[in-house]
This record gives sequence, C-alpha cells and structure tokens, in this order.
Amino acid sequence: MLYFDHCASTPPHEDVIQTIAEVMRVHYANPSSIHQAGADAGNLIERARGLIAKLFRTKPEEWVFTSGGTESNNLALMGAARQYAGRGKHLITTMIEHASVYETFRQLEREGFDVTYLPVDEQGRVSVQALEAALTDETILVSVMHVNNEVGSVQPIADIGRLLAGRPKTLFHVDAVQSVGKLPVDIAGWGIDLLSGSAHKVRGPKGVGILYVKSGLKPAPILHGGEQERSMRPGTSNTPAIVASAKAFRIAMEEAEARSSQWKALRSRLIGRLNGMPELVLNGSAESDSAAPHIVHFSYPGMKPEVIVHALEQRGFVVSTKSACSSKDDKPSRVILAMSGDARRSAGGIRISFGSEHTEQHIDQLAAAIRHTVAELKPMERRN
Amino acid sequence: MSSHIYDMVLLRLGSEITIKGKNRARFEKVLADHVRRALRPFPKAVVKQTYGRLYVELNGNAYEEIADALRDVFGLVSFSPVKRAEVDLESIQQTALAVFQANKQRKDTFKVTVKRGWKQFPHNSIEMNHLVASHVLRATPELKVDIRNPQVDLRVDIQQSGAYIYCDVEKGAGGFPYGANGKGLLLLSGGIDSPVAGWLGMRKGLQLEAVHFHSYPFTSEQAKEKVVTLAKRLLHFTNGKLKLHLVPFTDIQTSFAQSDQERLIITLMRRAMLRITEKIAARESAHAIVTGDSLGQVASQTLGSMNVIGRATSLPILRPLVMMDKVDIIQLSERIGTYETSILPFEDCCTLFVPKSPATNPNLEIVEATEAAIANLDAMIEEAVKNTVTVVLRSEEASKPAPESDEDRWF
Repeated sequence: MLYFDHCASTPPHEDVIQTIAEVMRVHYANPSSIHQAGADAGNLIERARGLIAKLFRTKPEEWVFTSGGTESNNLALMGAARQYAGRGKHLITTMIEHASVYETFRQLEREGFDVTYLPVDEQGRVSVQALEAALTDETILVSVMHVNNEVGSVQPIADIGRLLAGRPKTLFHVDAVQSVGKLPVDIAGWGIDLLSGSAHKVRGPKGVGILYVKSGLKPAPILHGGEQERSMRPGTSNTPAIVASAKAFRIAMEEAEARSSQWKALRSRLIGRLNGMPELVLNGSAESDSAAPHIVHFSYPGMKPEVIVHALEQRGFVVSTKSACSSKDDKPSRVILAMSGDARRSAGGIRISFGSEHTEQHIDQLAAAIRHTVAELKPMERRN
Repeated sequence: MSSHIYDMVLLRLGSEITIKGKNRARFEKVLADHVRRALRPFPKAVVKQTYGRLYVELNGNAYEEIADALRDVFGLVSFSPVKRAEVDLESIQQTALAVFQANKQRKDTFKVTVKRGWKQFPHNSIEMNHLVASHVLRATPELKVDIRNPQVDLRVDIQQSGAYIYCDVEKGAGGFPYGANGKGLLLLSGGIDSPVAGWLGMRKGLQLEAVHFHSYPFTSEQAKEKVVTLAKRLLHFTNGKLKLHLVPFTDIQTSFAQSDQERLIITLMRRAMLRITEKIAARESAHAIVTGDSLGQVASQTLGSMNVIGRATSLPILRPLVMMDKVDIIQLSERIGTYETSILPFEDCCTLFVPKSPATNPNLEIVEATEAAIANLDAMIEEAVKNTVTVVLRSEEASKPAPESDEDRWF
C-alpha cells in the first residue's frame, strides 16, 4: 500500500514512537504536582516549549499546548473574539478555511459577531485588496490559513501581515496546520498574533496542538478547570506526547528546506502526468510558488470522488476526498466551489498529499493507477 | 517584514562612554566584544571598528534579526540600518529614496543631511542636500521639507569607498558595557524585583554574581529551579557566564523563628543574608551588594528597616529600584523576560515565616541584642558560607557539549 494522504495524517516518525514509550514509562507523574517527580515531568514540558519557541524564533511563554489543531483554532478564535469583543464585533476570515476555523466563525456569528467571509480566486488565493476593503474600525480579528488543506493554495500571509501592521486593534490569526514543516513560517516577520499548528501533520503523535499567543495577549479559555498552560488551557498536560511532538516539529522544520525541493519535483511530475488525462481538472495552481509543495488536488467532473478513492484503494493507493474532517458529508466541497463556482467540479475533488518517504517511482505508479482507474470509470461518467 | 535591503548597521556608543576620556578605547573594545557575542548566532555578520565608529556588516542577514540581538547589548545608545551606494549622484539618489521608503514611521516632513567626507566628490554637501531631497520629493508628493524639526532625518555620508545612507535611528539598551564598572553580588529571591535590579545593575556596567538563599524543606526544589531559570535569563545579558551561589539558610531561619521576636524575623533574616553575602563578596572580590528593595514596598523596605538592615554590612548596597513604582518594575521585568517566571507561585525564603505584623521600624538595639542571644549565630553564618553551592551558568555557545542523556535523546 502506498499512503498519499499526509494532509489528513502522517506516519509517525520511529523516534517519535520510541520517545513516547520511554517518557510514558518514566515520567507518569502529573507535571503540575509539586513533588520532584512532578517537577521533572513539568521540566520536560517546558523544555519542549522552549524547543518549539526556538524553532519559530519566539519566546517560550508565547506557546500553549492543546489537544490538536482544532482546539488551537477554537481557542485562538473564540478566545480572542470573546476577550476583545469590547473593542469591536467584526471578524474577517475566508471562504476556504478548515472546518475548525469556519465552523468556529459560524458559532461566533450566533454569539452576535459580524463575520466577513472573503472569496478566493480560481487559484484558491484570497485578495489582499479585498481584505483591505473589508476592514472596518470594528474589526478585531482576521484569520487566514497559510496553506489550504484541500487544494494546497498558499495565502499571502506576509502581505496581509503588512496590511494589518498599522492596526494594533486587529489581531491576526494564521491556521498553519498544513504549512508548518512544509514551508517557511515567519511569525515575527509576518506580524502574526496567533498561530495554530498540529503535531500529527508532521509525523508526530495525534492529540497535540500548538498555539502561538503573542506576548501581551490573553485569549479567554474555552475550557474551564486548572491553571495549566498559564490558565489558558486547563487539563493535565500530556507529557509523552508533548515531548515527542517537539521532536517531530524539530525534525520536520530542520528538514523542511531539503524536503521542499524533493516535493516540488514530485508535484510537478505528478501534475505533468495528470495533464495528459483530459477527464481531470487540476484545482489550485500548477506553479510551485503559489501552491504547497506536497499537495496535488484534481477533480473528475461527472464522477463521485468516493468512487475514485475506493477504486484507487483497490489498486493499493490511499488518497482522499476533500479533507478528512469533512469528507463524510455528501455536500460539494465548499473550498472548490469558492474557487471555481462550478458545482460539478466541486463535487468530485481528489486530494493527493505526500511525505518524505515518497520517490519518483511511487509517483509514476500512482499516475498509472489513476490512468487505469479513469479508463475503467469513464463509461460510468454522468453527463450533466 | 524582514528586509534585506540594508548592508550594514551603524552603532552609536553612549555619551557616558564618550566623556570617559582615555578609557574610551577600552570601553569601545569591550563593547565590540559584547556585540560580537550577541551576534554569534549570525556567523555571516561581521563587527568592524574604524575611526571611532563601530558597525556591523550584515552580509545577507535580515536587519531585523540583527536589531533584535543588538537591543540587549548594554552600552549601545542607538543604532541605524545603513545602505551603501556607489559614489555617483544617481546611485546616491536612488538609494536614498529606497532607504527613505523602507522607513516605516509616519513621515510628513523630512530633511536631508549630507556629509562629504571625501572632498573629491563633485557636488558639495549643500548642493547634495538639494539634489537628494528633490529626488525624494518627486517620488513622494505629500512630503514637505522641515529643516528645524523634521520627522525623519535622511543622512548621507559620502566616503571614497562608498556613500552610506540611513534614516532610521533605533534606541539601544544604553548604559555601560557589561562589566565595565566592577563586580557586585545580586540578592536573587525569585520575585519580580530582584531580577530587574540585577538587570539594571548589569546595564550600568556591573558584572554580577547572584546569591540565593533556600530553606529546604520549607522552600521547595521548584523555588530553587525558578531561581536558576531567572539566573539563566539574566545570563543572556552577561558575557556568557554567571555564577549563582545557593546558600543553605534553613538552620538560621528556623533559629530566628524560635527567637520569640516574631515581629523582627524579617529584619534578622535580611541582616543575616547581608552578612553571608559580604563574606561571599570578599571571596569573589565583589565590591557591592545589589538588592531589589523599593522604598516602602514591604515592611523590610521602609526607611527604618533599610537603616537597621543595612548596618549589617559595610559594603555599599545598591538599590536600583528604590525610587521606582511597582507598575514600572513589572513593565521592565516583562521587557527583560523574567516576569512570567517570577510570578510562579513557589514560596521562597522571603515569604516564609512572615509574621502577621512585621516591624516596620525595628529598633537596632533590640535587634542586636536578639542576635547576641542566639549563641551560635556566627557559627551558623560561617557554616552557611562554607556549605554554599556555587553553580556556574554558561550560555549555550560557551558551554561544552554535555554527553547525551536520556533526556537529550527525547528532543
């Protein structure tokens, strides 16, 4: 089986698995306890925090460990919006955010906030001019993802940061779950106030998210309980998973530059092969500058994506439809619809996302399997 | 935004250093060393000294990264990102405009100041002022010239080797280079104040060693670790090495707690701490004790208390925070990066056995009589000095790689 669904989750690094087992066996004390065993566990968590801070050139006290990317996004958005509601009630995001951002904004709308959902162009990119036009004196929060989880489009985060630089009242949140470890992320340089990441997208364990909270900000907690994580996120800290996550982030970010050229080559190879199949439409950009290096997304108009996923699975290739977080509902993709305005295209999206283990040979095998699958399915195409 | 448009950073030494006459050269050298140390994470950046000018050649590093590191260097009053132009009019005009546009502050008014160090350049400085200013004005319609009080002063320094252009001036940490004014011992408790006092002392050129008193099991291991964390933060502002003296204080403190002079406990404790610190100072050739006292903040910091406590030592006690308000101290501790650690809730010596109503105006005679009544006090003080554990903290680059532990393998 060849696994091409790294955007959904990644195979954990062997060292990550070993670290979890070792830390779990030794450091089982509650990291918040005052005895030495607790302090030792607590120190490991602080060391993990220090490592994360260093990787992003930030301060350790600016990082909160959560249960995952979804919680990081919820805490950032709900926490900031509720905390700073007194400064204004207007929020801005895009139409192509991950469900954990998009649905959080829907919830905030129910709580009385006014939310602007920015459209994207054909390439899946939001326009900085449109964002500028949407800003009002009431705008307290802008949230734009760095890399889209479905099609891999890269948003102009640096430009947006520059636009918001002169607006201290407007916080800037970036969902970087799909970009950390894949593309450079410059928190300070891009003027980011809040940034979410997830360990299992970088070959770490599931159940650990990270959230950057710029010094001086204090999002209201969304969970209530103890004073862990500087009172922003209660709950006993998951020592082994947090330690192993720091390791996973370190490995991914140290290797990112080298991996990036490997992935870019694989990506353009696969796109080249897919271009030879007239039934398929590439979503997002073919250019490597405006697209994440590890994601290829295409539609087969007239064919249900589940059918393609299952057909490829029979041939030993794991790919996905939409994002895993919303792949079980039957509706067309909100993201592809926003990009193309084409309902047929948005009903049939297939996402291929690869990792460090993949080679050119794997890509060729995958392309051949797709070609055979398309040939096999073609007679069943729906023509409307 | 990280900008790579600049070629170098011009550093300005303090006026305090300037007035130091023949010591200037020594201070400059010390400062250059500290700048080099601060820029060690950026091996491409080169620190150079010529004609009383200190500057950093960026060699491709982003200015912002270098600026972040420079902001913590004591003795640096200000610095400016500089772009080099070829020595011809067109190149100078274009570069001046680029530098002016890279400046992010609000600018409705400006002026141009050209210095022609290389007199063979065809235009004199007055002509150049006009030629550069008019070029910038053409590209910036709303802008006006204001010679007396401009928002931005665009400076052009024409040398034979190149024209150096800048307009940003960033404030540095100021003060004296670390260690330029001798050595002192800092009483480091774990609270908000003492690290700030230490930082202000270092900023004024003091080389510091920290002294911490612990009363295990009344104080916890975490309290001690908290102090190590604080000391490590202060280490960042040193020359790469900081000694931390950990003094066992349990016996002395418990004997005071049993002395029937409950209200005087704090006074007695602080005096014993000073006597112990004085002995460590003699051993370490330090000539002052630095404390985080702030007038009137707590019972031991009233004028009456300071008087009685201070008499326990003949060394000068430096109290950088003595006239500062708490809010300002907190603000500084946030800037230094010690606040978050300082507020961790572990009890330290100073909060232990605090009486309900401590003496705010202790009587020196009663204090001395109480001390005299504790038969073995001198011996306990000697014992505490003898059993003091000294930890030498070194910044990462300076320390030798330790053998890999289990823990290292996990990260």
